[in-house]
Amino acid sequence: MREIAFREALNEALAEEMKRDEDVFLMGEEVAEYNGAYKVSKGLLDQFGPRRVIDTPIVEAGFAGLGVGAALAGLRPVIEMMTFNFAILALDQVVNHAAKARYMSDGQLSCPLVIRGAGGAGGSLAAQHSQSLEAHYAHIPGLKVMMPSTPRDAKGMLKTAIRDPDPVIFIESEVLYGFKGPVPEEEYLIPVGKGEIKREGADCTVISWSRTIHLCLAAAEQMAEEHGIEVEVLDLRTLRPIDKALVAESVKKTNRVVVAEEGWPWASVGASVAESISRELFDWLDAPVARVHQRDIPMPYAYNLEPESLPSEEKIIEAIRKVCYL
Amino acid sequence: MALYSTPILGDNLDASMRANYTFVRADARAVLNNYYLGLIEDIATGPENDDIDLEGHMAKTETTTETTDDHIQIEELDEELATKAREELGDEKIIEMLRSMVLQRRFEQHAGRAYQRRKIKGFCHLYSGQEAVAVGSMTAATDDDYVVTHYREHGHALARGMEPNGVMAELFGKKTGCAGGRGGSMHLYDVERNFLGGWGIVGGQIALGNGVAFAAKYRDEEAVCLSYLGDGAIHQGIVHETLNMAALWNLPLIAIVENNEYAMGTALERVSAVKELEKKALSYDMASETVDGQDVFAVWDAISRARKRAVTGEGPTWLDVRTYRYHGHSMTDPATYRTKEEVDEVRDLRDPIVRLRNWLVNEDILTQEDIDAIDDEMEKVVKDSVKFADESDFPDVSTLTDNVYVEWPAEID
Ligand SMILES: Cc1ncc(C[n+]2csc(CCOP(=O)(O)OP(=O)(O)O)c2C)c(N)n1
Ligand SMILES: [Mg+2]
Repeated sequence: MREIAFREALNEALAEEMKRDEDVFLMGEEVAEYNGAYKVSKGLLDQFGPRRVIDTPIVEAGFAGLGVGAALAGLRPVIEMMTFNFAILALDQVVNHAAKARYMSDGQLSCPLVIRGAGGAGGSLAAQHSQSLEAHYAHIPGLKVMMPSTPRDAKGMLKTAIRDPDPVIFIESEVLYGFKGPVPEEEYLIPVGKGEIKREGADCTVISWSRTIHLCLAAAEQMAEEHGIEVEVLDLRTLRPIDKALVAESVKKTNRVVVAEEGWPWASVGASVAESISRELFDWLDAPVARVHQRDIPMPYAYNLEPESLPSEEKIIEAIRKVCYL
Repeated sequence: MALYSTPILGDNLDASMRANYTFVRADARAVLNNYYLGLIEDIATGPENDDIDLEGHMAKTETTTETTDDHIQIEELDEELATKAREELGDEKIIEMLRSMVLQRRFEQHAGRAYQRRKIKGFCHLYSGQEAVAVGSMTAATDDDYVVTHYREHGHALARGMEPNGVMAELFGKKTGCAGGRGGSMHLYDVERNFLGGWGIVGGQIALGNGVAFAAKYRDEEAVCLSYLGDGAIHQGIVHETLNMAALWNLPLIAIVENNEYAMGTALERVSAVKELEKKALSYDMASETVDGQDVFAVWDAISRARKRAVTGEGPTWLDVRTYRYHGHSMTDPATYRTKEEVDEVRDLRDPIVRLRNWLVNEDILTQEDIDAIDDEMEKVVKDSVKFADESDFPDVSTLTDNVYVEWPAEID
């Protein structure tokens, strides 16, 4: 199968959906003439013209709100946030407006909006530009939250997000944009709310998403090589709603769970996943659920400190050993 | 619904896809160890304008003023304002201003090079071309005044008198840096000098500047807050919320728009309904003017007058300071949205350092030899700062959780 980069997979998804549906447009900072700050929208201005690929001033709340309104009026906006650090300027438009529209109108309104862009920590970008904010959105009823970990998932999930009738928050790992992987030539969709087993194993389940999946896969390889422990790596892919069926199936098989995430520990997605497993699958557990997460601090710039703050392969291995009593 | 009209890939991988995941697993470590992957892969191209070289520049304008044919006429500083500055500031202070501008130019040149050597990482926004804005405004300020600025602030920090060693070390992420290596290029701080950062979210800092101005007024201080922002930041809602409050409550805020014509790759006229930014203040009934940001005396004069208004209770000022940045937006920007000729033209005709230098020589305040000596001295100061930064230690890992209440001491639980 051909291999393409994460950003190219997203680009294909955008191009295909814009071609398929005249109501889809892309708006954001530097998306048109500059081809995107991370080149995700490369070539789209040439292909679809300035009516549908639109550069904005630096006004996240303003153009996110425009997206909400356009969606209420029946269009299918894809709003690019240069990064999610800036998306939080538009939190009110998303939380108080987009997420509430269908419910408050008793189902009269739909808000088929995608807010997408780069997220996650790393890259020596320091505290204001290096954070994993998915929990902010996963907390909100009325939103769907997707975070792909591979180019194949990125394409199939973004296409689904664009077709979804509700607001979808789509967070792309900033450090994965250049990551290459197999992507089918033929069209496919990956449903909202469906996780995927990225590696099968019978001894321990590691649950994660986005970039951290790759750390988990590397940790799993090492556990197999060094300890003969077969780790199952479960990629949630969608953080709201969660694929509880897949989680239950895996936990019932392995009886040991690690939840690994890039974000902070308190009130996080990982915390909620661990809580729900502890409560709903208590009888199936042979050890308390272990968690790996970022340190509970803003991100330092110094490049010797940053890795200390982030989750790593080593920390995931330590957690696996803990639940396996090794 | 037509939602899933196309085939959906199975909940889990089919056999062929699974085989392909071997690739993901094997490569995961290698790929993820390279943090810079999506982010700064353009870095190989480096800063496109490292040739911004003071000597080259001076030599060039010098020779061209003698050859009459393809003669480049660099703009002169405003004579009236220069005379006023000379009277009020004195020659020694003006020489200080030149020294600071040269220091900044040299500093950025070496910061750019250090970035290419991977000594500086993350985002790094160089200030070259805009030196007169920092120096003119800081010269008009007193030690009691406050500064709140954005991420393109190396020049502001140096003009405020912060030590080049501490600033360079911060860029290098060292514990001797002015923020202990925590902040990096975008987040410089020096509370002793009332330099309150160094903020990276476009527009956010102006609200802080207003709060600082509020505090100064609240405590009856004879102080203002110099608050810098870019031409791209002016559209943010918070800027307008801030201007209204500043005007409503007569706060001593001086909002300095460093209008360098671009916000990343976006030229101002592509995103601003109003082209003369000075007009923006009209809707808040606020004093405003347009300033030649490449004329250090013009900046000094405008800020001096704004300062006087602010401390006498006449309220805030909004300034559209016309300047230009020579480098790309950050170190990864190939700057394809403007031509090299455009950049060269500004450098040839409006360079703030060359304009001041020409004036100093014409007025017989300094000779070319004096100026060369200043340049050599600043070059040495900067080179020493690079050495200092390089030789300093990284922050101790045991200090990772300093200065924050940490609920979760461990990363695994
Ligand atoms: C709220 C927010 N949106 C987007 C960004 C990304 N960004 C950083 S600088 C910049 C351009 C700002 O341009 P301008 O205000 O003109 O300042 P300059 O860089 O020219 O000094 C953008 C879009 C950001 N840091 N914060
Ligand atoms: Mg600008």
